[in-house]
Amino acid sequence: MTRVLVIGAGPAGLAAAAAARARGASVILLDAADVLGGQYWRHLPAERPAADERILHHGWSTFTALRDRLEADAGCEIITGAQVWAIEAGTDAAPTVHALIGPADGGRRRGRSFTPDAVVFATGAHDRTLPFPGWDLPGVFTAGAAQAFAKGERVAVGHRVVVAGAGPFLLPVAASLAQTGARVLGVYEASRTSGLLRGWLPKPWQLLGSAKKGGELAGYVGNHVRNRIPYRLGRAVIAAHGTERVEAVTIARLDAGWAPIPGTERRIAADAVCVSHGFTPRLELPIAAGCRVTGDGFISVDAAQRSSVPGVYAAGEITGIGGADAALAEGGVAGHCAAGGDPSDPALRTTVRARDNASGFAARIEAAHGIRPGWQSWLGDDTIVCRCEEVPYGRLRDIAHDTCSSGLRSLKLSTRAGLGICQGRICGRTVEHLLGTAGGADPVRSDRRPIAAPVRIGELAATLSPQEPIEHVQGKGTNV
Amino acid sequence: MVTDVLIVGAGIIGAACARTLAEAGLTVTVLDRGAAASGTSAKGEGNLLVSDKGPGAELRLAQYAASLWPAVTAQLAEQLGPRFPAVEYERKGGIVVATTEAGAAPLLAFAGSQRAVGVDACQLDVAEAIALEPELNPRITAAVHYPEDAQVQPVIMTEALLASARRSGAVVHTGVEVIGALRDGAGRIRGVRTSAGDISAGAVLIAAGPWSGEVAASFGTTLPVRPRRGVVLVTSRMPHQIFHKVYDGDYFGATQSSDASLQTSSVVESTAAGTVLIGSSREQIGFDDRLRVPVLHELAVKALRIFPFLAGASIMRSYGGFRPYMPDHLPVIGADHRVDGLWHASGHEGAGIGLSLATAEIIAADMLQRTPPIDPSPFRLDRASLSAHLAEVA
Amino acid sequence: MAARLLPFGDDRARPAAPTPIEISVDGVTATGVAGQSIAGVLLASGRLDWRRTSSAGAPRGLFCGIGVCFDCIVTVNGDRDVRACMRRAADGDEVLSQHDSLPEVTA
Repeated sequence: MTRVLVIGAGPAGLAAAAAARARGASVILLDAADVLGGQYWRHLPAERPAADERILHHGWSTFTALRDRLEADAGCEIITGAQVWAIEAGTDAAPTVHALIGPADGGRRRGRSFTPDAVVFATGAHDRTLPFPGWDLPGVFTAGAAQAFAKGERVAVGHRVVVAGAGPFLLPVAASLAQTGARVLGVYEASRTSGLLRGWLPKPWQLLGSAKKGGELAGYVGNHVRNRIPYRLGRAVIAAHGTERVEAVTIARLDAGWAPIPGTERRIAADAVCVSHGFTPRLELPIAAGCRVTGDGFISVDAAQRSSVPGVYAAGEITGIGGADAALAEGGVAGHCAAGGDPSDPALRTTVRARDNASGFAARIEAAHGIRPGWQSWLGDDTIVCRCEEVPYGRLRDIAHDTCSSGLRSLKLSTRAGLGICQGRICGRTVEHLLGTAGGADPVRSDRRPIAAPVRIGELAATLSPQEPIEHVQGKGTNV
Repeated sequence: MVTDVLIVGAGIIGAACARTLAEAGLTVTVLDRGAAASGTSAKGEGNLLVSDKGPGAELRLAQYAASLWPAVTAQLAEQLGPRFPAVEYERKGGIVVATTEAGAAPLLAFAGSQRAVGVDACQLDVAEAIALEPELNPRITAAVHYPEDAQVQPVIMTEALLASARRSGAVVHTGVEVIGALRDGAGRIRGVRTSAGDISAGAVLIAAGPWSGEVAASFGTTLPVRPRRGVVLVTSRMPHQIFHKVYDGDYFGATQSSDASLQTSSVVESTAAGTVLIGSSREQIGFDDRLRVPVLHELAVKALRIFPFLAGASIMRSYGGFRPYMPDHLPVIGADHRVDGLWHASGHEGAGIGLSLATAEIIAADMLQRTPPIDPSPFRLDRASLSAHLAEVA
Repeated sequence: MAARLLPFGDDRARPAAPTPIEISVDGVTATGVAGQSIAGVLLASGRLDWRRTSSAGAPRGLFCGIGVCFDCIVTVNGDRDVRACMRRAADGDEVLSQHDSLPEVTA
């Protein structure tokens, strides 16, 4: 029986696990969180059941159906709280996957290693937030943080909240904040009407993150009308103000290139600001497995969702920012093919069609909401770029100038940008753009992280027996 | 384009040579197919050690090198000004410990042999060692303090040497690959062919670390330098609890052995950024840079034998590099006796950062026909210990 | 006021009555509900920052909320660098805020 390991239990991973099981493979499904669903279906934990949790989500019944089916399936072992920290690339074979299992960042997690026949990476994406003066103040969050704490904890991150950045994802974030008792003062989208029309006019229903006509669009619009949340185009938060915490933001109009238009600045008092300008795919695991990365920074896959490495598949946001429907379809194709199937199999016809229909979505988001270079003009010399190592923009620019260096690695080591504990996850792509090293000869850039998550030396020394990977056992159970 | 000296490789060896030669008045051009400081120089700890070297030519070179560092780093700081990042030179000293009963006597004997040739190697009892390093495992069986051991941030040091060289007129071209030699009718090398065109040069110096053999081959000659992989682990920032470079005695065995299989011994130290570096492994596996978990596992086990408190520290990053390794464990510094116009400065294995400044002085003396600062003959390509290997590669 | 936990009685998602828990934060008791992350307990107790940066000593708290940025790290029951947004709070957890200053370099 083919043994398939799926990493990530969001829409793509759940669909992959289900499809691999349907094709007859034994499946192990790993996720670092202690519940299934990923960021898209981030939800209340078992300790806090809610009768009408579905009202907080889109596609909730799709999630519960997938979850219930996999949890009831003896051929699918679900391991939550499983932090994959290293991948050893195989030679013409699927990689060996090393995980630590236990409470997040706990010091005594149990090591477990997997040597499957095929791996499906479904590791998703995280918010990309461009730096602006004051973005390191407490009270400034990514939009994803606001969403996660609203849906997963019923905590509103502020009382008077500004939502800003770029992309269709800002709307459901505002809706979640409103549903959690916050007052959303406005949603400020950097792209202007012309850009949105260029990106979305042919299929306007896709604007809101779904390939389905109707449903989600009506939901978000209805929510905005009910809560009277202003939605403003061509505007950005260009500064957050405060000493120990955010007290106000400056909002300015932007030109088509995202440069603030002088004289349009307006200050608004707020106690929280949630800002995201798009997404960064989480690529460190597939890169460690040796998967080829495209010029625009995603995992390269074929029609079977197969990467450049034999036995390694990728689905969801790591192959292009396409939203949950695309992720579900890609996961379905990846799981089926990882289990030995082929994209031309009749059983996969609907899924392949759904995947192909969603394939233009990433390009539309980029056309409508893609980051434009003018944002760099809202940086000050003392604006922090790397939050971990507190590297300001002026220092980054001066060191790049003084060393004449063209290498990202040497610039990171001489400026310390990207060398802190987040390992450049937040600032990496921003630093690449500011230094002009983006799109260079090495497409892997700052996404290469052989240690994919922090591992304690005691865990590395005591709990791992790397010579003898634990067998891929069949049977189910959730280990936290 | 015409230059007095063409240096292949913008790592720390090439950078140090560029600076010294340019300051001596020569026109210098440095080429690198990648970015500056992007190969071996970016993948090590920045060790400036005398402690790991037994009596002999390499120790003499290291002792001479140690005498150069304080003045050169001070000159660079003054020349490049406060805006240039600090090179983080620190003469913090090393402490070598034995972790087994059997390891104690060889360590102390080794230290004794070093003392006989002028190394400051001070035997410590356990209480004295713990006074210097309070978190040290009290079960160590011997300890020796080497006050001369020092550390530098190797990437910034390389960039600083290049910046200084530029101020003396050197030109650095990155992203330019050398693809062959230009020779005259007598076979003397007169320059190089590159991906960006031909460059005429009075002398060509190969300083391409573990890739020096490839460059030599493109010139139609040979150099028996091989890559030896080394991996270093980096913790997240933590409270400052390690004050010296602290190693276990196995380190000697690893540097002086030719066994291709995995060798590790602990080298543990803090950095100016508050992280802790844990090295180091040595494997001869060609240019394979894939992560291998057994290597990390063994590094962790050995680090805990020295500093048990590190069990709770988090590794956030690892990096692996390729050390240029010569079959007789000595670098090659000087003119090539087989090919006129060609010089070499490579094969320093894990010691290239520390030996870079001394290497540059020897190269400059050789090229300018000045009196060498120390006897260069042990590092010449025509030394007896290499002759069999030159024949083998040829 | 800033962040707050939506009172369960006001929640249209109709949650069951939560189970209270207590954790200690820098020696002070904070109350939360079972299933919350440590960051959730901290935010809902009115605390917006719980770490000081190494260079500037600037306040930091939650930023990305999904375990990516490591801004929210705390020491939990003696384990350093635990992401408060990822770790579920357990009754009785002892949480310490972190400030790791840079070493003094003695060149």
